[in-house]
Amino acid sequence: MKLSGVRVPHRKNTADSIPQKLPLPETVVIPMSMHIGKPAVPTVKAGERVTVGQLIGTADGFISAPVHSSVSGKVKKLDEITMSGGMKAKAVVIETDGEQEVCESVKPPVVTDFESFINAVKESGVVGLGGAGFPTFVKLGVKDLSAVEAIVINAAECEPYITSDTRTMLDKAEYISKGIDLLQKHLGVKRIIIGIENNKKPCIDKMTELASGKSGVEVKVLPSVYPQGGEKVLVYNTLGKIIPKGGLPLDVGAIVINCTTLATIAEYIETGMPLVEKCITVDGSAVKEPKNVIAPIGTPIEKLFDFCGGFRSEPKKVLYGGPMMGIAVPSLDAPVLKMTNAVIAMDEKDARPPKTTACINCGACVNHCPLRLDPREISKAYKLDLCDELKKLCADLCMECGCCAYVCPANRQIVQTNKLAKAKLNKYLREQKAEKEDKK
Amino acid sequence: MNKLISSVSPHISSSRTTQKIMLDVLIALLPAGVASVIIFGARSLLVIGVCVAVCVISEWVFEKICKKDNTVPDLSAVVTGVLLAYNLPVSIPLWQAAFGSMFSIVVVKQLFGGIGQNFANPAITARIVMMTAFSGTMTTWTFPDASSSATPLALMFKGEFNSLPSYTDMLLGFRGGCLGETCTIALLAGGIYLIARRVITWHTPVAFIGTVLVMSLIFDKAPLYQLMSGGLIIGAFFMATDYATTPCTKWGKVIFGVGCGLITILIRFWGTSPEGVSYSILLMNIFTPYISRLTRSKPLIGGDRR
Repeated sequence: MKLSGVRVPHRKNTADSIPQKLPLPETVVIPMSMHIGKPAVPTVKAGERVTVGQLIGTADGFISAPVHSSVSGKVKKLDEITMSGGMKAKAVVIETDGEQEVCESVKPPVVTDFESFINAVKESGVVGLGGAGFPTFVKLGVKDLSAVEAIVINAAECEPYITSDTRTMLDKAEYISKGIDLLQKHLGVKRIIIGIENNKKPCIDKMTELASGKSGVEVKVLPSVYPQGGEKVLVYNTLGKIIPKGGLPLDVGAIVINCTTLATIAEYIETGMPLVEKCITVDGSAVKEPKNVIAPIGTPIEKLFDFCGGFRSEPKKVLYGGPMMGIAVPSLDAPVLKMTNAVIAMDEKDARPPKTTACINCGACVNHCPLRLDPREISKAYKLDLCDELKKLCADLCMECGCCAYVCPANRQIVQTNKLAKAKLNKYLREQKAEKEDKK
Repeated sequence: MNKLISSVSPHISSSRTTQKIMLDVLIALLPAGVASVIIFGARSLLVIGVCVAVCVISEWVFEKICKKDNTVPDLSAVVTGVLLAYNLPVSIPLWQAAFGSMFSIVVVKQLFGGIGQNFANPAITARIVMMTAFSGTMTTWTFPDASSSATPLALMFKGEFNSLPSYTDMLLGFRGGCLGETCTIALLAGGIYLIARRVITWHTPVAFIGTVLVMSLIFDKAPLYQLMSGGLIIGAFFMATDYATTPCTKWGKVIFGVGCGLITILIRFWGTSPEGVSYSILLMNIFTPYISRLTRSKPLIGGDRR
């Protein structure tokens, strides 16, 4: 049994672009919500001087992550900004002083056992850097370690354009290696699989060389079929197991961790410098000189484009992430976030959504869905308010990978409809649950 | 500050459009059109022209009156026109061809909501209506030299196996029949093109033609003639693969094809009419929603959570 998907164009123009450091911006805007879960609570006040690596927001609650300053300078204000998802979030605005003085708290953590390892991961501020932003210490802090049969390192990088994971594998292989050692030592995991798409030959070579020196580590070369890096798809294609609906990889004995996430943890444990900068792929049809850039978190993305020679034509759509699942940002002031791995600027031609026409029932959406959903039926049930039918169709299983909309010859906004259908179904399920509880 | 477009992902799409798909179908139908002119003379061009023109005009006028988006550019009406023409005798009176074309677009397609919404194949339904309404002119088969000939199926139906054309003539299309259905190799070339271009999959044609082959072998009824006669090849590749009116899953297509094959055989061998391809496809069109439901892909929900 093979999972469906689509062959998207690779456009890995920046695969050979060695990341260059961005000149320090005058101001950074560091949001307190750069992860799934409760936003961090700011610990600094306006007028206060901060240094690189200093804690400026503490994790609040179990699923949350701390936030650190990426620059040295003066806190200008605590602001409230609108994130690309439409939610408001607190943000610390810092004026840089150009010194980049490192905070005295930055020193390698003492890691001796599982508990101190998880604690270090928490302190590092690392979240899922593949784009999801799930706090990594929660993911790794498994209660029953015997349930973990394998860890899959996600190095598929299946989105077009993005090469930041490619650069991690090529430039920071030693940190991936150290990360693997840490996982083996503290989680006692016997099997580690590095999953890479076959369009990244140099990475495959580098990782194979790395794996050959270790026991229990293997490289799995995967076909370049999007969404190879989707958690469910990756676990299926590496371990042959299907993650249950509404479940986690752990339900099938797996943990999936992105290669850059792992390298960042290893780097923190060696240097003590928390997650304060990111390697970002800057590309897209509107960008003059696509590049990989290392930028402090909180940098307005406009600076990234400036650094890449500016725009070749006026950008009409700008994305956080790749074109398949990336999020369109409202303005170029949007800051670099922890999970930003690419910013894509599209010109007029690329940005203009193609005209939507009538569904011709060709079934391409059905036949390309990796999770075997039927978007046509989901759309019908959504429009007719048939929540039971949506439940039967498993609308809530959709991971919004966008294969359906990509292949649709009528260019229908299928992901949008699916998102709405999911929201409707989830509301219905909540109400059903509440009703049941009322009866009790 | 310039205005940035905000929209839901994905932000790229494949270059495939409805129009390009329909264009591929027209390209695939081209060889059979050329063959029809060679076999039946220039009048076949006239019939094709009238059908296409009336289909396109009907679509445009209907949508204009109903204030709907103009869908003429998607070329689907052109495809319907060509397919209907291919299913008519070359000698059909042009007003009858025009009536059939209007019927296919207005009654079968637009009244059910237009492209993608119709449950029956417009060209096939129109052909069946015309068979009923104009039974005389719809079953007169003439060649350019004014000679006329019974179709191979009619000959077999009457048991006159000795008067059947040679295999070569069957393959090249020099036999009585509708203008676009006779040239087997031209239709096969078009069908293979559609499969290669991934406009259709092999499942329906293979299941359809395969079923007819197996059944005529079992009942020993000149299997090769069965395959190359009537509208089997054009039906299996071009009509039983219509998106709106047939299932979209692999197994759905197989069931659809086998069903078409069985009904075709039933009508050809034991019915009162020599040909059954059109009826078989129309009947299976009606079963399509049920087949689709039966063969719907099962979401990958996995086992229980730990």
